[in-house]
Amino acid sequence: MTAPRETLSQPADVVTATGAQVVLRALVDQGVDVIFGYPGGAVLPIYDELFKQDRIFHVLVRHEQAAVHAAEGYARSTGKVGVVLVTSGPGATNTVTGLTDALMDSVPIVCLTGQVPTHMIGNDAFQEADTVGITRPCTKHNYLVSRPEDLARVIHEAFSVARSGRPGPVVVDLPKNILMGSAPYVGPEAARRRSVAVRRRPDRERIRQAVELLARAERPIFYVGGGVINSGDRACELLRELVRRSGAPITLTLMGLGAYPADDPQYLGMVGMHGTYEANMAMHDCDLMIAIGARFDDRVTGRLDRFSPHSRKVHIDIDPSSINKNVPVDVAIVGDAGEALAAMLEAWSALGEEPRRSRMDAWWEQIRRWRAVDSLRFRPSRDVIKPQHAIRRLWELTRGMDPIVTTDVGQHQMWAAQYFHLFAPRRWLTSGGLGTMGYGFPAAIGAQIAHPDRLVINISGDASWVMNMQEMSTAMQYRLPVKIFLVNNEYMGMVRQWQDFFHGSRRAESYMAALPDFVKLAEAFGAKGLRATHPDELDDVIREMLATPGLVLADIVVDKVENVYPMIPGGAAHNEIKLCPEDDGPHEPVSEEGMVLV
Amino acid sequence: MPNEERRHTICVLVDNEPGVLARVIGLFSGRGYNIESLTVSEVDRARSLSRINIVTSGNRYVIDQIKALLDKLVPVHSVQDLTVEGPHVERELALVKVLGDRERLVQALRIADFMHARLVDSSPGSLIFELTGTPEELDAFIDLVQPVEVSRAGVVAIGRGGIILEPGEPEPGEPEA
Ligand SMILES: Cc1ncc(C[n+]2csc(CCOP(=O)(O)OP(=O)(O)O)c2C)c(N)n1
Repeated sequence: MTAPRETLSQPADVVTATGAQVVLRALVDQGVDVIFGYPGGAVLPIYDELFKQDRIFHVLVRHEQAAVHAAEGYARSTGKVGVVLVTSGPGATNTVTGLTDALMDSVPIVCLTGQVPTHMIGNDAFQEADTVGITRPCTKHNYLVSRPEDLARVIHEAFSVARSGRPGPVVVDLPKNILMGSAPYVGPEAARRRSVAVRRRPDRERIRQAVELLARAERPIFYVGGGVINSGDRACELLRELVRRSGAPITLTLMGLGAYPADDPQYLGMVGMHGTYEANMAMHDCDLMIAIGARFDDRVTGRLDRFSPHSRKVHIDIDPSSINKNVPVDVAIVGDAGEALAAMLEAWSALGEEPRRSRMDAWWEQIRRWRAVDSLRFRPSRDVIKPQHAIRRLWELTRGMDPIVTTDVGQHQMWAAQYFHLFAPRRWLTSGGLGTMGYGFPAAIGAQIAHPDRLVINISGDASWVMNMQEMSTAMQYRLPVKIFLVNNEYMGMVRQWQDFFHGSRRAESYMAALPDFVKLAEAFGAKGLRATHPDELDDVIREMLATPGLVLADIVVDKVENVYPMIPGGAAHNEIKLCPEDDGPHEPVSEEGMVLV
Repeated sequence: MPNEERRHTICVLVDNEPGVLARVIGLFSGRGYNIESLTVSEVDRARSLSRINIVTSGNRYVIDQIKALLDKLVPVHSVQDLTVEGPHVERELALVKVLGDRERLVQALRIADFMHARLVDSSPGSLIFELTGTPEELDAFIDLVQPVEVSRAGVVAIGRGGIILEPGEPEPGEPEA
């Protein structure tokens, strides 16, 4: 979490303007420089004001879902609040997937939606939708502004709700008469609502307990999630320091990738369904688990009643409702990850004598044996491009370029998580909680808008990518040099994998028939299209993609039926993890309980 | 026993604004928690605050989860679990209609008399009683008079002595380990 911006506020000076002018002034005072949007009747007054000014840059997307994902990409790559502007009715309903995505992945978003005039609400007016009703369960909070005097305060409050505590999306529904009528302006200071207050400072005594457990543990592990990244770069630095000083191993969740450098010897790789063998086995066998900014998601824990059966658990989270939700813990610490890590380091220094490292010797020896299994190995090929190899080469050929990587959802996402190593936070943008296909390309657009000079790569799959491919126009319009790395297996690969494993290889509707020629498609939009079909072509295509200025789509035609390993099948425990078989024979049946899981 | 299901009476002080009840109910329905009873009414006009009394049940983790989620709602000022916080008074009001012949109605009047129910309407062949008491007292009365129709207000509750629900700065709760 970044601290709320210092703003010039003059609550005393209440000026009156039109509602639309008040909206823009509030955005400027909140430090907004970019909004992602799509116009329509109900928000035309705001567009009219946008036209007359140049402090806020508006990015015209081609679908409102993409506006939210782009704002997410902007927010997650910068730590700032992402802002969306859409019209009433279909404009608002099109944002629902993006809002839910942002809620699940704790991304701060303020989404302004147009609404029919207040006197027409409830009349089934043209392009009326019950936006606050529809978005109530998929936002942190939402507002319908029904009085002009509430307008400025509500917008400021929306920003503080979005970024406080566990960040999330906030909708502000704006009836057109409020935008067109006159409204008073108040600055951000007038909008302090006490109930938004969040506990940031952790309980000292519990921090001390946690550190004492850590000092004594023989088989400790840090289990760290996206909350540490949301806390800020400082939290990631403190994490590194604490992990190194304690000598304990660390694993990261999908959302946490980048919070700790992937090449560090204490790092075990990602945890969870497609995490490494060593990370999952260590989570299972540890005697102390220190969870920071992670929420014991079912993709991480696997079978709950056999999750890490021998460990004491410490859980640090800014959201009290995330603690004891899925897994009961021994030491619950509510607070900001950065504050908690600073307090733990202090408590570690106060221990008196430095704990003996040798108590963990057997643990590290065990970890060395697990690592020797080499769970990310895959069968290489001379004839077809292996998707894992493609992503590994992409990583190797972009080392030193410090890219921002976005993904869609499916096998390519897991391979990217496994083979595209990250060394710093805010470089990895993926849809973790909701698993939204179509997230990656618009998110890349948002990240590229925020970082015009950085390398932004969208690693995608053929099925996911077509879900928001209309955004090619957006990228072209703003000359965004996003590099699309399409891992094309002509299947909804992850669906095909589950069908092969769990449904007798009946590949119902998972083949992507009638895919476009992606090279021509890129060219139709005025972008560069490239293709690699043979392993010998791969490196050249990657190099050309990187060397070509502007928007590039590289169609990487890969093995059609490769599977993601390791894998913890649904309903299984961490120590039942399946490794890549020597031959892809038939799979053992999954338990019935496991089958119902998604 | 953390896994034991228990009935809890939870009181919530909220801003009296549109949608606040929908948020509270949505929190329960969206996560599959049950609501045994829910009442809401404005209690402080000057500060525009309403009080919601909820009776729910669940194990300790579920109840902690419910309280933490309520606390996170923006219009919520404070959350109080009277079942945990200590001695409190719970009351519910019921309107109970009995139909029947003279003999039946006389018998109902007798029961009402000794259970302190008040007669609030008498029409030919029908009586309506008003009874205030704990939910158990209401249950007992209803059991005895065998009414044709019952309308219950839901539980309202308040802590005894110094146990006071105030809108003060909510310090987000530290879950018990
Ligand atoms: C919007 C949406 N619809 C459906 C799904 C279910 N789903 C998960 S992965 C997947 C297949 C993705 O295929 P592709 O993008 O080609 O990636 P691959 O798995 O082949 O790498 C599907 C359909 C989803 N996650 N999101």
